[in-house]
Amino acid sequence: MNVMLRYLLEKEIKQFVRNSFLPKMVVMLPLMAMLIFPLIANFEIKNINLCVVDHDRSIQSQKLIQKIQSSGYFRITDVAESYQRAMLQVESNNSDMLLEIPVAFGKDIEQGTSTNVLIAANAVNGVKGGLGSSYLTAILQNFSVDIATKIQLPKAMPQGAGFSIIPRFWFNPTLNYKMFMIPALMIMVLAIVSGFLPAMNIVGEKESGTIEQMNVTPVGRFQFILAKLIPYWLVGFIALSIAVLVSRWVYGFKPQGSIVTVYLFASMFMLAFSGFGLVISNYAKTMQQAIFMILFFLLTFIFLSGFYTPINNMPQWGQVLSNFSPFKFIIQSVRLVYLKGCGFADMLPQFFALCGFAVFFNGWAVLSYRKKS
Amino acid sequence: MTSIGTDKTTQQIGKVIWAENLCKKFGAFTAVDHISFEIEKGEIFGFLGANGAGKTTAMRMLTGLSKPTSGKGVVAGFDINTQSEQIKKNIGYMSQKFALYEDLKVWENIRLYAGIYGVPKKEIAPRTDDPLHRLGFEKEKDTLVKSLPLGWKQKLAFSVAIFHEPKIVFLDEPTGGVDPAARRNFWEMIYQAADRGITVFVTTHYMDEAEYCNRVSIMVDGRIDALDTPKNLKDQFNASTMDEVFHHLARKSTRNAD
Amino acid sequence: MKQFAAFVKKEFRHILRDHWTMIILLVLPILMVILFGYGISTEVKNTRFAVLDPSRDVVTQGIVNKLATSEYFILGDYLTSESQIEQCFTHSNYGLVLVFGNRFGEQIMDPDGVQIQLIADGSDPNTASILTTYASSLISLYAKELSKEDEKALLISPQVKLLFNPSMKNSFNTVPGIMGVIIILICALMTSVSLTREKEHGTMEVLLVSPMRPFLIIFSKMIPYFCISLVNLSTILLLSHYMLGVPIVGSFGLVVLISLIYIFVSLALGLFISTVAEKQIVALLISGAGLMLPVVYLSGMMFPLESMPVALQWFANIIPAKWFIIAMRNVMIKGLGITSVLREIIILVGMGSLIVFASIKRFKIRLE
Repeated sequence: MNVMLRYLLEKEIKQFVRNSFLPKMVVMLPLMAMLIFPLIANFEIKNINLCVVDHDRSIQSQKLIQKIQSSGYFRITDVAESYQRAMLQVESNNSDMLLEIPVAFGKDIEQGTSTNVLIAANAVNGVKGGLGSSYLTAILQNFSVDIATKIQLPKAMPQGAGFSIIPRFWFNPTLNYKMFMIPALMIMVLAIVSGFLPAMNIVGEKESGTIEQMNVTPVGRFQFILAKLIPYWLVGFIALSIAVLVSRWVYGFKPQGSIVTVYLFASMFMLAFSGFGLVISNYAKTMQQAIFMILFFLLTFIFLSGFYTPINNMPQWGQVLSNFSPFKFIIQSVRLVYLKGCGFADMLPQFFALCGFAVFFNGWAVLSYRKKS
Repeated sequence: MTSIGTDKTTQQIGKVIWAENLCKKFGAFTAVDHISFEIEKGEIFGFLGANGAGKTTAMRMLTGLSKPTSGKGVVAGFDINTQSEQIKKNIGYMSQKFALYEDLKVWENIRLYAGIYGVPKKEIAPRTDDPLHRLGFEKEKDTLVKSLPLGWKQKLAFSVAIFHEPKIVFLDEPTGGVDPAARRNFWEMIYQAADRGITVFVTTHYMDEAEYCNRVSIMVDGRIDALDTPKNLKDQFNASTMDEVFHHLARKSTRNAD
Repeated sequence: MKQFAAFVKKEFRHILRDHWTMIILLVLPILMVILFGYGISTEVKNTRFAVLDPSRDVVTQGIVNKLATSEYFILGDYLTSESQIEQCFTHSNYGLVLVFGNRFGEQIMDPDGVQIQLIADGSDPNTASILTTYASSLISLYAKELSKEDEKALLISPQVKLLFNPSMKNSFNTVPGIMGVIIILICALMTSVSLTREKEHGTMEVLLVSPMRPFLIIFSKMIPYFCISLVNLSTILLLSHYMLGVPIVGSFGLVVLISLIYIFVSLALGLFISTVAEKQIVALLISGAGLMLPVVYLSGMMFPLESMPVALQWFANIIPAKWFIIAMRNVMIKGLGITSVLREIIILVGMGSLIVFASIKRFKIRLE
């Protein structure tokens, strides 16, 4: 039995190495995932284009505009003459928001009379609109406090009654979004290399007819499947290591916990997800079918996994469904190790969940592989 | 082996392949309709028929690739319904697409299948030179299969199929897409194998190749409508070529080719 | 004409025979609408929070209550020491820990004031920012209630208008993106694979020798995918309108027009790829990785373009989906008219024509 496996492995490795595309991909994918994707996969809101309508043109309104500019969140793209003009800017996407400062702004606040300003934000991207208005409102409030203290208005503090609120961000003090995304991106690389690629390989053999040739030989399904998976597991480790090294060198991103734990969990995940790839390859007759099936499930798995949206933010049914996605557990675990320094013992439930997936998918794959139809 | 309790049983022992009332249905469609035959050791048996007549389906049942809907069969001493994995150890197979690994070299393909069929490691390398020499492409030992011309791939596929000296070799349309000269060449290889005692079971839709076989059967619409030596069939149907014999039988066919 | 119809029927039959792919092609948009509609949410609700409160006085209770009774927070545990804080984040699902100082209520009236620490789980920066913003606003609200001063103390009161999407539904943003992805998937990917398959099997040559003109052959291959795209487009619009509440504020005709133009561009892309790819797998990979990935990531569908480095923003300009999404958002969500999307229309038509031209040239070269 082992003898057959040896010959099969030899074949698989030779084929892999000779392929003009795959070995390059194994290196390029983690590089791209670490270098380019973090630049893209970013929900941060920055560089909001603001159009100001300043009916007042006083020293105070100028000061306000300066303050807004120096906050770093906003880019003053235009100073319009009227609300209508500013709205045109927003409609044409030249600006994301507009701020209308009324005529007697400077005079009013110097005298301690309250005054209204209008903020209108493009909320098609709800997050952008919402966060943008909050930022601007906060800046206005700060400005308000500064003036009030200057003219010595009693107790005019919006953060009032004498206490100050100090936010502290643990695990990620600089709120660096990359640190949140990179563990998840590493897992994506792993999934593609250890799940998608072997599945495509097998379906490719189906299309070329070599799988039929193999089915007529005494080779058992265990050996055949194992011979397919082992090289891709190895390659998965390589890809993962490249990702880990690159994120360390380029971003200085080191795991708070032990990297061994990361690899342990990654191994279990690879076992599980490659099983999933195998199941698909058993049912798909052409590569096109395989790609579509994988795409379908991958999309579902990833969305439900907390990759983009934290699971807590999902509706109840989403949270329940997320437990059916192996990605949820592995991404959670890797993030916990990298950002919060958790150890293996802290994450036993996740590990067992991954084991469960591994048993389920691989069992299904072996049982549904038919040498005889 | 299952006994059927007729005098046929004693005759079957010694046959290298026998089939009785084999059927394969796909839903309402009967691809193979109660076929029966016996094949002797060392025989070259041609399984003829038009495209879509059911030849490949029948072969797939014998080689353990497909489960019969009903019927019995024995190949190399093992039951096709219950012992297909044993069968596989004792046969060779060449599929319609030749199914060699295009991105492996010639000797690597040989080595792979030799190893799988249990040829001891030490023997593989020295034995590889034999067929390559016979085929005349020792120089191509290190060539990737995808660079070989079609005729050479065909010959290589055959060599790989018999490398482990199986009892029986199954060839599914081995001469498809190859020019007539190469086809004749190929049949010489088949003769050499048969001389060494390998039984050859070959399907084809080229009626002229029937002349090369010891016996042939002709399948029409899933049934075997004729089974005998080419000479006897030509006498029976008053034909001068197998082609004529075939046309005589095929006129009744209701199935269209694929 | 009859021959053409026969070809089209043959193409339809090919596609329908492949059950799995058909099903997925029709169900995928539904899946995406659901996932993108409900799955991406930056609304943060029902976050568990813990409290470390050595004072336990009226003020601290008041603040805790304010948070606990809001829809954003759920009160978890009262901690007894600082060392327990980390566990909240590593072992339980807390998003926030509120830390008060000693004798909090008494010190409020001090001129220096007291501090409340909001310790948030920073691993997800966005959620952390939102949580602290929510918590801060709630606390400030409470403070205002405490302080005897009236509203006038606030010098600048901003009025905030959220335009086009007052409830800040995420789906408004993503539905045009979904359409963009689905159309490119079906029109570009499927068409290119279908055409390349003919090449691979050698049947393309046979078709070219037939009396049918080449462009009709290609046309016949595109029609089924065109129809499927229309079906999917309707599915997406119906679902997003009735299930997610996405409006179609602007002219429906304009929506259809822009979609048709984009479909044209995608089909052209599929055609072009088929002239470049020799094997199906290559066509698949180019359309998949080369088209879909940029559409999902660089079109502005999910991730705001402005947050990306300038180089990527420039690159995004050659992605047709980007312009499609802008135009669709303008018409569907903002309700603007044709003048506002003229630029996008011209760009898309231009792109499409360019691609068709390039494809024809390549095709002719191959024939020679």
